[in-house]
Amino acid sequence: MSTAVTREAEDLTRNAPRTESLAALLVAGERPARPSALSASMTFGWRAMLKIKHVPEQLFDVTAFPIMMVLMYTYLFGGALAGSVDAYIQFLLPGILVMSVVMITMYTGVAINTDIDKGVFDRFRTLPIWRPAPMVGYLLGDVVRYVIASAVLLTVGMVIGYRPGGGPLGVLLGVALLLVFSFAFSWIWTMFGLLLRTEKSVMGVSMMVIFPLTFLSNVFVEPKTMPGWLQAFVNNSPVTHLATAVRELMAGNWPMADIGWTLGWAAVFVMGFGAATMRLYNRR
Amino acid sequence: MSTDMAIETNALVKVFGANRAVDGVDLRVPAGSVYGLLGPNGAGKTTTVKMLATLLRPDGGEALVFGSDVLAEADTVRGRVSLTGQYASVDEDLTGTENLLLLARLLGHGKRAARVRAEQLLDAFGLTEAAERQVKNYSGGMRRRIDIAASILNTPDLLFLDEPTTGLDPRSRNQVWDIVRAVVAEGTTVLLTTQYLDEADQLASRVAVIDHGRVIAEGTKGELKASVGAGAVHVRLRDAARRPDAERVLTAALNAGVQLDPDPVALTARVDGHSTELGAADQAARALAELAREGITVDTFALGQPSLDEVFLALTDRTPDTEKEATA
Repeated sequence: MSTAVTREAEDLTRNAPRTESLAALLVAGERPARPSALSASMTFGWRAMLKIKHVPEQLFDVTAFPIMMVLMYTYLFGGALAGSVDAYIQFLLPGILVMSVVMITMYTGVAINTDIDKGVFDRFRTLPIWRPAPMVGYLLGDVVRYVIASAVLLTVGMVIGYRPGGGPLGVLLGVALLLVFSFAFSWIWTMFGLLLRTEKSVMGVSMMVIFPLTFLSNVFVEPKTMPGWLQAFVNNSPVTHLATAVRELMAGNWPMADIGWTLGWAAVFVMGFGAATMRLYNRR
Repeated sequence: MSTDMAIETNALVKVFGANRAVDGVDLRVPAGSVYGLLGPNGAGKTTTVKMLATLLRPDGGEALVFGSDVLAEADTVRGRVSLTGQYASVDEDLTGTENLLLLARLLGHGKRAARVRAEQLLDAFGLTEAAERQVKNYSGGMRRRIDIAASILNTPDLLFLDEPTTGLDPRSRNQVWDIVRAVVAEGTTVLLTTQYLDEADQLASRVAVIDHGRVIAEGTKGELKASVGAGAVHVRLRDAARRPDAERVLTAALNAGVQLDPDPVALTARVDGHSTELGAADQAARALAELAREGITVDTFALGQPSLDEVFLALTDRTPDTEKEATA
C-alpha cells in the first residue's frame, strides 16, 4: 500500500509526460515494411524467453517434475518389472522422457488462456502480422522448455545408470524426434486455450486428455500382457509409436516404421488442430 | 463513399446469445477529429470498438475504416488502426522497454530502430525511470501511459481509446488528456469511449450517446448539450415534509422534470437554458425565489453541469442506474 502511494507520488512529481517531444515523435514517418512470418514468430518466441527470465519459477515443471517422475517410477517399478533398477532404467528412461515432455506441453494452453484474460492477446490480434505468428511464438518458447526438461531427465537417468547404446547421436536424434512431435502435439492445447473460458477448465481438460494418452502406452511395460482391446489402443497410440521410436533411436537402432508413424501423427496434429486453432483465433 | 470518413458503419449488429449487444449502429466519424462514444457500462461501446478493430465479427450490417471493410479487408484495417483499453493491454510480466521493443519489432522496425523508438517514447511519456521495471509494478497512471505509448509506436491513422481514464486520479487523468490532444494535433483520428460526459466535453468534437446497443443521440457537443439542457439544480430542503410542495413549485417554475433524490430532503431539477431568453442561472434564481415565496426553507443549493445521468434522463426519461427497477 505505502509503496504504491510512494510510487504514485514520485510518478506525479518527476515523471510527467512531455507533449512537445511526443508531438515530434508522432510526425508520421514512413511505416516500416511488415515483418516476415519467420521474423514475427521469432519475436513472439523472444517474448516467451523474456517471460522465463522474469518468472523463472515457471521452469519448475521442466526441472523438478521430470526428476521426480524418473526417480519415482524407476525405484517403484524397477525391481518388480525388470528384476533390478539398473535393468529397468534402460527400458524406462526414453519412455519417461516422452511421457514427461508430452505432459508439460499442456502448459501452452494455460499460457494462452492467461494472455487472453490479461488483455495482451487482443493487442496481438490487431497487429498487421502473419496470423499464426503469436501461436507459433508460444510453441517456439515451449520447445526451449522441452529441451531443458530433456537435458535434466537424461542427466538424472545417466546418474542412476542409464547407458544409451546409440551414443550422443542416437540420443540427439531421439530428442529431436520428441521435440518435433511435442511442437505438433501442442496445437491441441492452443486450441483448448482459445476454446475454453478459464485457466482451470483448460487444466481440467488437459488432464483428461494427457493422463490416459500417456499412461495407456508402452512407456512403463510392453503391451504383451494387456487385454486385447487395450493392446489395440496402446499399439496404435501416437505416444507408443513415439516412445518406441525414441527408445530404439537412443539404443542405436533405426526404427523406421515408428519414426514414420510419429511424423505422420505430428502432421495430422498440425493440420487438424493447427487449422482449428487458427479458425478460433480469427473468430473470437 | 467519401474518403474523409475515418469510420462509417451501417446498421452494425452484434448478438451474444439472446443479447443484442450492438443493435443497428450507424456512425459517421470524420477523419482528424476526436469522436466520443458515450454510454453506461454494457451499452455496447466496447463491442462496437472491437468490431471496428477487427477483433469481433459483426453479425449484421457493415463497417468501413478509411473505406476498407473490417471483414473483407481486415488486414488493411489492422495496418491503419491501433487500440488501447482494458482489453488491449501490454504484457504485465515484461518491463516497459521490453513491451515497446516487442511491439516495435512486430511492426517491422529493425532491432536498432526499435530500441531508439522505445527510448524516445518512454522519454516522451515520462517513463524513463520506470523503463526497466515490470509493468505489473506500475501505478495506474503509468500503466495507462505505457498502454497508449504501445498504441502509437507507428503513428496510427485511427486510435481507439476505450475508457482511457476510468479509475485514474485527476492528475493522471489530465496527463492522459494532454497526450490525447497531442496525438490528435498530429492528425490521428481518435475514437474515444467513455462513461464521463466531462471527458467527452474536454476532448471530443462530436459525440454519439449509445444505450442498449443503439445510438440514441448524435451531434456536436453544443447540439448534445442543447438537447439535454444547461444543467441541473440540486436543492436540499430543511424539512422533508415540504418536498412534495417543492417538487410542484420547481416543476412549474422550470417547466422541466424533477427528480427525487434518495436523500429525503433533496431533489434535482433540470434547467433548460436554451428554450427561453433567460440563462440557466437566471432561471434557477427565479425558481429559488418561488420556493422562498412558498415558505419552503432551502439549506443548500447548487447549479451543476449536466452529468451523464442527466443526459440519460433527458434522452430516455430514465437514469441508467434506476433502469432495472423501473422495468422490473
